[in-house]
Amino acid sequence: MRNAFVDTLCALTFENKNIYLLTGDLGFGVLTKFWETYPDNFINVGIAEQNMMAVAAGLALEGNMVFAYSMPNFATMRCLEHIRNCIAYHKANVKIVSVGAGVAYSTLGITHHGTEDLSVMRAIPELKIFSPADPYETIAVTLAACKIDAPCYIRLEKGRESFIHHQKIDNYEIGKAVKILDGDDCAIFSTGAISLEALKAAEQLNAKGISTALFTFPTIKPIDVEVIENYARKCKVIVTVEENNIIGGFGSAVAEVISEIKGSKATLKRIGFRDEFTDVVGSQDYLRAYYKLTAENINRILLGQ
Amino acid sequence: MDSEILAWHIRRDVLDMLYKSHSTHIGSAFSIADILAVIYTYFADTEALKNNDKERTRIILSKGHAGAAIYAALYRKGLISEEEFKAYGKDGSNLSCHIPYHLRGIEVSTASLGQGVGMAAGIALAGKKAGLHYRTFAIAGDGECNEGSVWEMVMFARQHKLNNLTMIIDRNGMQALGETTKILDMGDFKSKFEAFDWNVKSVDGHNHEQLKAALENPEEITDKPTCIIANTVKGKGVSFMENNNLWHYRYPQGTDYDNAVIELEAQKP
Repeated sequence: MRNAFVDTLCALTFENKNIYLLTGDLGFGVLTKFWETYPDNFINVGIAEQNMMAVAAGLALEGNMVFAYSMPNFATMRCLEHIRNCIAYHKANVKIVSVGAGVAYSTLGITHHGTEDLSVMRAIPELKIFSPADPYETIAVTLAACKIDAPCYIRLEKGRESFIHHQKIDNYEIGKAVKILDGDDCAIFSTGAISLEALKAAEQLNAKGISTALFTFPTIKPIDVEVIENYARKCKVIVTVEENNIIGGFGSAVAEVISEIKGSKATLKRIGFRDEFTDVVGSQDYLRAYYKLTAENINRILLGQ
Repeated sequence: MDSEILAWHIRRDVLDMLYKSHSTHIGSAFSIADILAVIYTYFADTEALKNNDKERTRIILSKGHAGAAIYAALYRKGLISEEEFKAYGKDGSNLSCHIPYHLRGIEVSTASLGQGVGMAAGIALAGKKAGLHYRTFAIAGDGECNEGSVWEMVMFARQHKLNNLTMIIDRNGMQALGETTKILDMGDFKSKFEAFDWNVKSVDGHNHEQLKAALENPEEITDKPTCIIANTVKGKGVSFMENNNLWHYRYPQGTDYDNAVIELEAQKP
């Protein structure tokens, strides 16, 4: 996913020399292609994320498009007020990019687990928030984010190159959910790389004869109200899946929409980290299983078991 | 208008603004009146500011709580209208106590301390990248330098040879709840900035000749950013406000206002 991002950024910078990539001293082996190709457009600001966001804002206010790259917690919470004041309030053309969504940096421990960043960033006005599910969605949201002169947060997983889509998504429109499967009984709404588990779950349910829709949400702010409304009126159960705290993140965004719908039929169930620190040690798959972010558990929750 | 007259107007205007609006931070605003007057008089072309010219001087008041002083400067330089100026602090006004970015002559919104200086570094870097020759001035408080993000910027600006950036520290020795030496003693700013390999000058922050000389463009002689330590007096200009931290949060009323008017009128150049 992160390679798809860097390749896309290199292609964009080929066309536009006013693009700058800032990093808080992260991106070993990942950003190399960019800094070797465009050394004048690359700035390693050092391990100083507050200054990175302020500098990014200053560069952007002078007419540049600036990417600021780090891991989820360092790119958001460490420097949150700088993002709020310097970037979001000024509507500065800064795209904050984090790599390591959820427990992608599994064995590094909770300091390196991005488990609240979606919640925190969603509360900031002016920010658009992207959480792509696979490399194709990553390319789509990166291109879409670059078409607008506005602050964005792009949350990437890591190095996995598993695909949920079979081909590139052309002209992705910001704020739109993407239909993977259609169905009438239940719907699964998913965001980020955990969507692959959601896909497995949906396929299993459909095989059992339970008609289950699956949508990925590459954008979580603004959220696709239309899709949520349609399926809330149609389905008995909607399950949201995210690799983030269930408080304040994607599931909350869906809940906010459903709570204001007249004639909603669906019961909403949110799957994510249950307001806890992920301090068990293990691989990404081990942690996802431990914290019940698996296809089996999505099915269990959806069927009310 | 020479800088002494502008500085006097800034103080006189600020007094009335804060009196009428019941706003705070008069001590901080008086402290930087001379610094602003010298920058806006000698180092910023008003027409370029008005026209948002790409080579205009970038002025960032990182200690944005002293915003009243910059509004007065902008008003006296014709960058904001009388109507706008008179509405300061009133319901629906464009001018809040902490400065907004959508005015000509102000680059960025500030007042959360330790942020304006970082944005200034970004703006200075953008100038270098674009091959432009504008200078960027960032005015910070000495108390503001408690913020770690100030020092993140200090390292960054030297690393990137931002000799088009000048940071002016309003060294009045006071912060919100008292004397800086008793809260977080910043010690000798000169040696600190020299340790970070900046070009450092120390001046009397109320002496216009010294300020002017220190602010002259150092770009030709060094690749370093410049820090000017402006030794100032908080509340400068009104005797009973000077070095009295009550005037960080108190606004002038009644006889205090009357006496301040008498003192300032007596100083009119």
